[in-house]
Amino acid sequence: MARIVLDLAHSYKPNPQQDSDYALLPLKMTFDDGGAYALLGPSGCGKTTMLNIISGLVQPSHGTVTFDADDVTRKTPQARNIAQVFQFPVIYDTMTVAENLAFPLKNRGVAADKIKARVGRIAEMLEMSGQLNTRAAGLAADAKQKISLGRGLVREDVSAVLFDEPLTVIDPHLKWQLRRKLKQIHHELKLTLIYVTHDQVEALTFADQVVVMTRGKAVQVGSPDALFERPAHRFVGHFIGSPGMNFLPAALLPGAPAAAQTLGIRPEYLRLAEPGAAGALPATVLQTQDVGTYWLLTLQLSGLGAQAPHTLRMRLDAQARPPRPGDALWLQLNGPHTCWYAADETLLAAAAEQEVMA
Amino acid sequence: MKPVNQKAWWLVLPVFLCVAFSAILPLMTVVNYSVQDIISPERRVFVGTEWFASVMRDPDLHEALLRQIGFSLAVLLVEIPLGILLALSMPATGWKSSAVLVVVALSLLIPWNVVGTIWQIYGRADIGLLGAALQKLGIDYSYTGSARDAWLTVLVMDVWHWTPLVALLGYAGLRSIPDAYYQAARIDGASKFAVFRYIQLPKMRGVLMIAVLLRFMDSFMIYTEPFVLTGGGPGNATTFLSQYLTQKAVGQFDLGPAAAFSLIYFLIILLLCFILYTWMQRVGTTDDLSSKTEAGHA
Repeated sequence: MARIVLDLAHSYKPNPQQDSDYALLPLKMTFDDGGAYALLGPSGCGKTTMLNIISGLVQPSHGTVTFDADDVTRKTPQARNIAQVFQFPVIYDTMTVAENLAFPLKNRGVAADKIKARVGRIAEMLEMSGQLNTRAAGLAADAKQKISLGRGLVREDVSAVLFDEPLTVIDPHLKWQLRRKLKQIHHELKLTLIYVTHDQVEALTFADQVVVMTRGKAVQVGSPDALFERPAHRFVGHFIGSPGMNFLPAALLPGAPAAAQTLGIRPEYLRLAEPGAAGALPATVLQTQDVGTYWLLTLQLSGLGAQAPHTLRMRLDAQARPPRPGDALWLQLNGPHTCWYAADETLLAAAAEQEVMA
Repeated sequence: MKPVNQKAWWLVLPVFLCVAFSAILPLMTVVNYSVQDIISPERRVFVGTEWFASVMRDPDLHEALLRQIGFSLAVLLVEIPLGILLALSMPATGWKSSAVLVVVALSLLIPWNVVGTIWQIYGRADIGLLGAALQKLGIDYSYTGSARDAWLTVLVMDVWHWTPLVALLGYAGLRSIPDAYYQAARIDGASKFAVFRYIQLPKMRGVLMIAVLLRFMDSFMIYTEPFVLTGGGPGNATTFLSQYLTQKAVGQFDLGPAAAFSLIYFLIILLLCFILYTWMQRVGTTDDLSSKTEAGHA
């Protein structure tokens, strides 16, 4: 168990000149002991690189990795005492399930009776007790991945367990189960878990703290709630949520903060307003979609003259009677959940003008 | 009820014709010879299984067969581990890997009789680099004089010629292992030997099976190299089954016994390949686990 501190940058190229040469831009990050973290971002954002740097499979080109007070930058995964689970199941074909689970312990010279007890416990957690003596090679992909997960969890004294999109090959209904299982295991074993994924649902349900990454940068670290309510960067607003945040030029709205370039508001928080209300703008309905649990409206701001058209998404309660395409209405844009972004796409401050609520 | 359409037989006809002309008819002519005593083109006598019986009792054949089995086993015992070792030590990427691949594959491009000739000159005690060097070192090496030397030279020649095939197959097998396996092994703290034993060897099983079968069949049919190098001598030291067959069929023109022997030869190879194949299929797939894991623990 350890508190992991990263203070580094990484480039796969020998002589990085500009930002785009870096897989990871200079960053400082702390993972507290016993926390459940998720690294969330689109493909190629550097999340797997960060994971491999933590585990020691990749050595950072600049900076250091520290476990507690120990500088482990040049140490091997074995010396760091890290467990890692990969995207695709890795199993040892010639071994049984039990031998697979025991392998990391056996390599470290753990006593046979201890191995047996530990393997038994992990198999029970993963509901594989009945398959311990079957050959691992003949199992289905999800069972194989459960073995991989088990091998990651079998050592009690690891500094951290890292997961690299481990549920990619798993059927959707099993995904839920396994994610719940992981969460439960986290509570039972109190291990530090770091989980890489591009799936926001996976990240938000698994982790206490989510690190949102894009283009080699960690743009926000926060609880799932904070990521939703106060995205610190336009990317977070756009990436998290379904659909993502609406963005408009701040200049469209009278009374916007001076430094604000962009206004962001989630489709969930858009409200209808009285015509002419303060902080509201007129819009036309383009499309209404029944998404089952809610109505999804696509709207276009009207009365903007020659300016480029701005479309917005809005979620309406399933019980509400939705307007029809072509209807004109007013939208309240300046509310407690409105976020303002500066020219560099970072969050300015929240407008809390309760009095303009419609 | 499934519809029955006898016309479908016509669709099988091309395959049937192909197999008939390429395999069955040639084989049947051999069967034809094997049951007759051909005294002259006009005079032939049906003798039943007499040739088979006499060939089976031939002590020369027994010796050649034992020699052959010994040779093929030696070939496999040397070439398979050596090929795996070579494959493991070949660089995986970059220009080095391409260069090494070309160098390793070179010997495979040389025709059999040229290989024989190369080694015949190379091993000569008077002008050959190897032969003369060994003589200088005080080792009395002569592939024409000593049965042991001749046998060893043929073996070394085959190893030199064909180990690269095993190495290339093994190399292909190694390259197909995803990186994640090596990374997982590092995370699991596996030693180099454990990586070989539990990842590389099992993943190479398929290609190694092909390598064993190919090398077994080829070495079991070896003819050209000993023919060029020693002509089967000294004595009968390097007379393997093909050599023996040629002596019978071409040298003595005993077509009947030669045909009978050909069939027996064919059946031996078929049988041994079948045994080898089934055995290798079973290794690593059945629950023959207890014995193997004991070895793993040791």
